[in-house]
Amino acid sequence: MQTNCHDTGPDGLSRPPRLPGANTIALVGQPNVGKSTVFNMLTGLSQHVGNWPGKTVEQKTGAFRGQDGVVVNLVDLPGTYSLTANSEEERVARDYLIHERPAAAIAVVNAAALERNLYLVAELLALGQPLVLGLNMLDVAEQHGIHVEPHVLQAALGIPVIPIVATKNQGVKELMEAAVEMAAQPQKWTPVRPAIRPEHEPVLAAVCELLAAHTPDPYPQDWVALKLLEGDAEITAMMQAALPEETWQQLHALLLKHEDAYLDIAGGRYEWIGRMVRAAVTQPKAGAITHTERIDRVATHPLAGLALLLAILGLAFWLTYTIATPVADWLSTHVLDALDAVAGALLGGAPAWLFGLVSDGLIHGVGTVFAFLPILIIFFAVLGALEDVGYLARGAYVMDRFMHLMGLHGKSFMPLFLGFGCNVPAVLGSRIIEDRRARWLTILLAPLVPCTARLAVLAFLAPAFVTTGAAAVSLGLVGLNLVVLAVAGIVVNRLAFHGDQTAFIMELPLYHVPNARTVGLYVWNNTVSFIKKAGTLILLASVVVWALSSFPGPDINDSLLAAFGRVLAPVGRLMGLEDWRLIVALLTSFFAKENTIATLGILFSVSDESAVLATAVAAVLTPAARLAFLVVVMLFIPCLATTATIQQETRSWRWTAAAIGLTLALSMGAGIIVYQVGTLVGLS
Amino acid sequence: MVAIDTATPLSALPAGGEAIIRSLQGGHDFCSRVANLGFTAGAAVKVMQNYGHGPMLVSVRGTLVALGRHEAARVLVASMA
Repeated sequence: MQTNCHDTGPDGLSRPPRLPGANTIALVGQPNVGKSTVFNMLTGLSQHVGNWPGKTVEQKTGAFRGQDGVVVNLVDLPGTYSLTANSEEERVARDYLIHERPAAAIAVVNAAALERNLYLVAELLALGQPLVLGLNMLDVAEQHGIHVEPHVLQAALGIPVIPIVATKNQGVKELMEAAVEMAAQPQKWTPVRPAIRPEHEPVLAAVCELLAAHTPDPYPQDWVALKLLEGDAEITAMMQAALPEETWQQLHALLLKHEDAYLDIAGGRYEWIGRMVRAAVTQPKAGAITHTERIDRVATHPLAGLALLLAILGLAFWLTYTIATPVADWLSTHVLDALDAVAGALLGGAPAWLFGLVSDGLIHGVGTVFAFLPILIIFFAVLGALEDVGYLARGAYVMDRFMHLMGLHGKSFMPLFLGFGCNVPAVLGSRIIEDRRARWLTILLAPLVPCTARLAVLAFLAPAFVTTGAAAVSLGLVGLNLVVLAVAGIVVNRLAFHGDQTAFIMELPLYHVPNARTVGLYVWNNTVSFIKKAGTLILLASVVVWALSSFPGPDINDSLLAAFGRVLAPVGRLMGLEDWRLIVALLTSFFAKENTIATLGILFSVSDESAVLATAVAAVLTPAARLAFLVVVMLFIPCLATTATIQQETRSWRWTAAAIGLTLALSMGAGIIVYQVGTLVGLS
Repeated sequence: MVAIDTATPLSALPAGGEAIIRSLQGGHDFCSRVANLGFTAGAAVKVMQNYGHGPMLVSVRGTLVALGRHEAARVLVASMA
């Protein structure tokens, strides 16, 4: 188990719950049913967000305090459509239920799509999990003309059914009380066992017979038999290992004969659900046009939808620039200066290197984190609100046709677009992509989106570097980044993933008014986790970069970094960058992209606030080399904060190295080509 | 309402078209995923949006689902006339 599972909660008091199920109630449900809202209502800030051990799936745990002082641990299991191992989320959810055996589970269902939602419930009942049903979004269902009778459903399923409106905090307490009661006395209820089609009963019985006494603990035998018949790869592998060879051969032959049974089982499950809900649900008359349909006429239209998407994203950037940038500036001047002053006072008699370490290493690192925070908070707020409203899926739908070219689908668009602001939220935002392959490819490509810091460097240098048409060249360079991104996407998808297309299957949830608490907690959890994970790495690396640029001293000209720059000068020569100072400027851009300018300022001994610097740098370069330098700046390796985030999100040093290697190769390659071709056509 | 016997791919259905799912084509993973979402033989589907290229929108079991064209082509339906 990872260390972050043992942290204290954000309030500093609540211990995260023990994961074993004895005193734990699990929240289960399909995506878009308001499960997170229920969890937020019950736990508030006592929740703890981490990752499931060894997985990239988010784990949310929290404590619920009842009026009588009872404290119950809550685990919010990932939203899943079923308990078949189709995705990592589904594996996490079912492994937890089977191995940790929570005392009770709350299944949150969307009353407006009850039939489909009960599919998961049928699977939970088949598992024998003590269960309480939270019938959510009754208000939305009524708006759509769907009327559900909770008590009829309760009688049909044999488990408590509690009507709730999670966004208004109605019925949530009662739901929790019912779950606590269920945990204490599950024997008071007799849940129905979902029936399979009569024609499958003999084969299921035959499978059960072959399994007899060989099912590993704690897997229920009849459930294992059902999953074998459903062709579940994980359970099949488990039983192949557990069964004697001869029995396995028999079982394997039997399963092969009924290879297509899984489709009938899914169909049969829906038939069973249909019988259960028929009496409880009144469907609307056909032809009624809903809210959602009306909005979707614009939001999902190929042209109007695209315009709406661009307008929303434009608004997000406008918000970032008008709110986040001034706040970040204020933080970096006032708070950092204050910290510097404190450090100066405390370290008055200390050696200069110690002051340097604290001031230029640690405090500079804090400054980097600060510079990102306001931007991240705004982005998270926008993203959280869009997701809660139900819009995010529409944006993905509209962009799907374009993203397809890179072997990605629509869901990758939003994170990549965020990259124009900052690559960190782009990498973090890729969490919305369930498919691991698509998520990792998106993370790999995100650093190729030119962020504001790089655009600022470009804007600073371009006017002096290119005397005529600087704006056109700048625009061309941004375009080049996007072309490189698309080509890299196509190539990496071919090479690393053999051109697999992720199946694009995505539910579009019904629109609803965003819930402030849900959005607020989304921002809070994501921000805290950024500070905890990436923040620590940034601080550490900040100290390392400081050391590299200060030792052996006395200044950066004689530092290890400068020595490194001189070693790399031959590579630079291929791009027309003989001057080692340009290489060092590129190297320090790893710390933060805007450092390129500051470093050039130090190395050229010119104030980095004036155009004189850009002119001085331009003077040592041929026109072809200037263009090459700009190209390299735009495509160069992701900054430290992005790199740290990539490592934290993928938990893979190899993939992090791949992201650095890819951008390094692309930037160097493009730089060399631009310089050599530029020189050939006479830009010298 | 008469179900026409020949199965057509869902992707060929125009917007507003209603049909009954006949079968799914493709690998176990794909079929299992869409079946869990409610695309099973016998289920009624209605096409909400289909521009003839790019992804399409389908309503199945009270849920609006976006499907890639490639995915929609693997769901065979019998359209209702």
